Amino acid sequence: MTKTISFTLNGRPVQVQAAADRMLLWVLRTELGLTGTKFGCGISQCGACTVLVNGQAVRSCTESVLSVEGKELVTIEGLAQGESLHPLQKAFIQHDALQCGFCTPGMILTAYAFLRRNPSPSHAEVLAGMNHNLCRCGAHLRIVEAILSAAAAMRGASSP
Amino acid sequence: MNTPAFRSPLEASQVQDLRPPTRREFLKNCAAGLMVWVAFSPSLRAEETPEPANAPKPRPKPRADFNAFLSIAADGRVTCFTGKIEMGQGPVTSLPQMLADELDVDLDQVEIIMGDTELCPYDQGTWGSLTTRSFGPLWRAAAAEARAVLLALGAEALKLPQAQLRTQSGFVIDSADAKNRISYGQLTQGKRIERHLSVAPDLKKPADFRIVGKPLLRRDARDKVTGKAKYTGDLRLPGMLYAGILRPPAHGAKLLRVDRSALPEGKGFVFIELPELVAVLHEQPDLAANAVSLLRAEYAPFSSPLTDTNIYQHLETAQIPTRVVNQGGSIEQGRARSKGVCEGRYLNAYVAHAPIETHTALARVEGDSATVWASTQNPFGARDEIAKALGFPNTKVRVITPFVGGGFGGKAVNMQAVEAALLSKACGRPVQVMWSREEEFFKDTFRPAAVVHVKAGVDERGHMAFWHYDVKYAGDRGSDLLYDVADRLLTASGNFNGPDGYHPFPVGAWRAPGCNTNAFARESHIDQLAALAGADPIEFRLRHLSNPRAARVLRAAAELWGWKPSVGVSGRGLGVAIGLDAGTYVATIAEVAVDQATGKITVKRVLCAQEMGLVINPAGARIQMEGCITMGLGYALSEEIRFKDGAPTDTNFDTYELPRFSWLPRIETHILEADNSPPQGGGEPAIIVMGGVLANAVHDATGARLFELPMTPERVKAALKARPKAPGA
Repeated sequence: MTKTISFTLNGRPVQVQAAADRMLLWVLRTELGLTGTKFGCGISQCGACTVLVNGQAVRSCTESVLSVEGKELVTIEGLAQGESLHPLQKAFIQHDALQCGFCTPGMILTAYAFLRRNPSPSHAEVLAGMNHNLCRCGAHLRIVEAILSAAAAMRGASSP
Repeated sequence: MNTPAFRSPLEASQVQDLRPPTRREFLKNCAAGLMVWVAFSPSLRAEETPEPANAPKPRPKPRADFNAFLSIAADGRVTCFTGKIEMGQGPVTSLPQMLADELDVDLDQVEIIMGDTELCPYDQGTWGSLTTRSFGPLWRAAAAEARAVLLALGAEALKLPQAQLRTQSGFVIDSADAKNRISYGQLTQGKRIERHLSVAPDLKKPADFRIVGKPLLRRDARDKVTGKAKYTGDLRLPGMLYAGILRPPAHGAKLLRVDRSALPEGKGFVFIELPELVAVLHEQPDLAANAVSLLRAEYAPFSSPLTDTNIYQHLETAQIPTRVVNQGGSIEQGRARSKGVCEGRYLNAYVAHAPIETHTALARVEGDSATVWASTQNPFGARDEIAKALGFPNTKVRVITPFVGGGFGGKAVNMQAVEAALLSKACGRPVQVMWSREEEFFKDTFRPAAVVHVKAGVDERGHMAFWHYDVKYAGDRGSDLLYDVADRLLTASGNFNGPDGYHPFPVGAWRAPGCNTNAFARESHIDQLAALAGADPIEFRLRHLSNPRAARVLRAAAELWGWKPSVGVSGRGLGVAIGLDAGTYVATIAEVAVDQATGKITVKRVLCAQEMGLVINPAGARIQMEGCITMGLGYALSEEIRFKDGAPTDTNFDTYELPRFSWLPRIETHILEADNSPPQGGGEPAIIVMGGVLANAVHDATGARLFELPMTPERVKAALKARPKAPGA
């Protein structure tokens, strides 16, 4: 059954007509043309499809499009403010925290939600917080460094 | 066909037609600039050693054609072309780095076009850590040739002898008066020059490098952190359809008939039935995939008795020809001299490539020609596979390779690209095939299960007396003994890609094919011989290492680690292993802790020393080492394909366990200086020792010897139970 679903996408109001049980991932990638959100496993195991819904990291491959009705959705395309990259994006570049880059959008958005909950994480807390995102290239070491460095930068920026 | 009801205000602006310029158009646009054409002479071509990557059938010999490696436009911008592809391993940065240095331009003047069969010179594929070590010299030679031409043009323009000129940052400059200069762009205006590279020109010496050898950040990083980077599945064409493909329940199951009557009419579904390929197409990928379950397919009864538990016995009893890989002296005489003999049978399981991007392709077949965008490690091979399937000459097929989301050998074969092309031809519209994770686990060419038998002995002086090594199904790559043993026999049967008919599913090249299995067996066995000889495992290895590069990496690793010699099981949980792959030597030391109640292994620290000749991008090289170490935890500890009835029972990441953040040990990587040796491979070497080093560390922690990879908790517990009682215990 097709429904009209309204939500905020990367700061802009959108409406989509879609079957309510379709998964958000595919609506984003096709109807909405936002392909930064990747398909990796289809069963919430790898995290490549992670998006932010009201600031929480959500696996869009198993989240119905209906579930975001009225909510604020942010994808990797919406994280930077214009040309100004988010501190996590900058840190991933500076730390070479990626190889093939396919898991990167999901890594960054998972880290974003994690740092919202825990702005001053320990090394061990980052490992635990990121444990359900998979990277096959083995960029883990530098992803952790990037997240810790971004956390420090964000704390610095937000302190008076 | 009905137009689907799904529309959004954003969609129309998102879909732009992709009409990449043809070679003719591209060259026309470049006509004002210098093109350096390089003919691969047979001798140069031979430098890039053909690796039997994953070629179930023989590859056609490449034509001796002329292709441009680089062009310099009137504004001085350099565009370079390579058939290599970027899948994370970093040539998008290191190739321009090499080129800029040799050509004397600034790195930001250089753009690179990769993996486009229309625009790029022929390439045999991106694998085997060959991009830098084998392709690099050709690539640099093209740039050196261009620089020589520019110098000659500069001498003409400035009316000065060439000897008085130098080049820098895209200018030919008068050495006597630096203000007297002319840019490459000005020089090339209106000229079109072909150069045929037949003699390798002089390349720069390491001391003269300005850009090579400097650690550089990835050039593709910004696009990859913003979601802008396009992978094959991210491309959209007007009118395109997505495919859901019917897969059999097992390898070898033959489709008898398919009933499509449950597929709803008027909902935009297109049903395609071709020989060996049945699919439902739709404008939405998820709807196409879901609709496949509505097809009722009937298969000829099929069963396979093979399972992951009886597979080794099956493989060992199969009769396949054995070849001698290396032989010296007499193993009988060596055995007779032995004071102690040790035998071992080493097993490793089928392992998946599991790139996070599944095999994906987008094909547009129009009339008698095809353009296919594909996630492939082998664009020219894909082109030929597609051409054959379509019945087109390969000149009518163009393969374009966007960013590839990981390959590891699995994307050397391109069945998804063939499927997309056949479906596009059948329906007359562009078609995208993106395998689901379950399809990826079904269609992947797994690293083969393999068996290695080793018999070896030590003599009275504590030296190895003989070495008898036989590897089945992994292949002989990486079976090099490395150690000095006069009486030896190394044999191999089968290879990592076959032969056909023995494995329950297709097998193929997996990051450093053969090497992981061989290093596991060899280095596990050497440790046991060290114990037999009453020697520290590092000291014992050095005793047999007249090879200076191997000895150097091992000494370096021991020193960097702070190794304290010890004989037998020390309880510290320390292991060591060395290896050679792609011309690069590695020595790795690891520390583990083993929970004896649960059998769980925790890797605490891994240190790898690597000697890889001249390093182009030290940052990129270290990243590859870290990636190898982290990825290697998987095949060592958890990754294996379990299967029965001709199909894997591990079909997704819920049961097939990749290494996770929580597994991350302290990792230390060290690259030993060797600037005056040619560059060697870096994408694979550090992974090959991970099975061996961790097996040795587990033994050192517990006294339990693991002979089978992966070292799952169940296998660790079984090995703990089976370990010999400590004397006096």
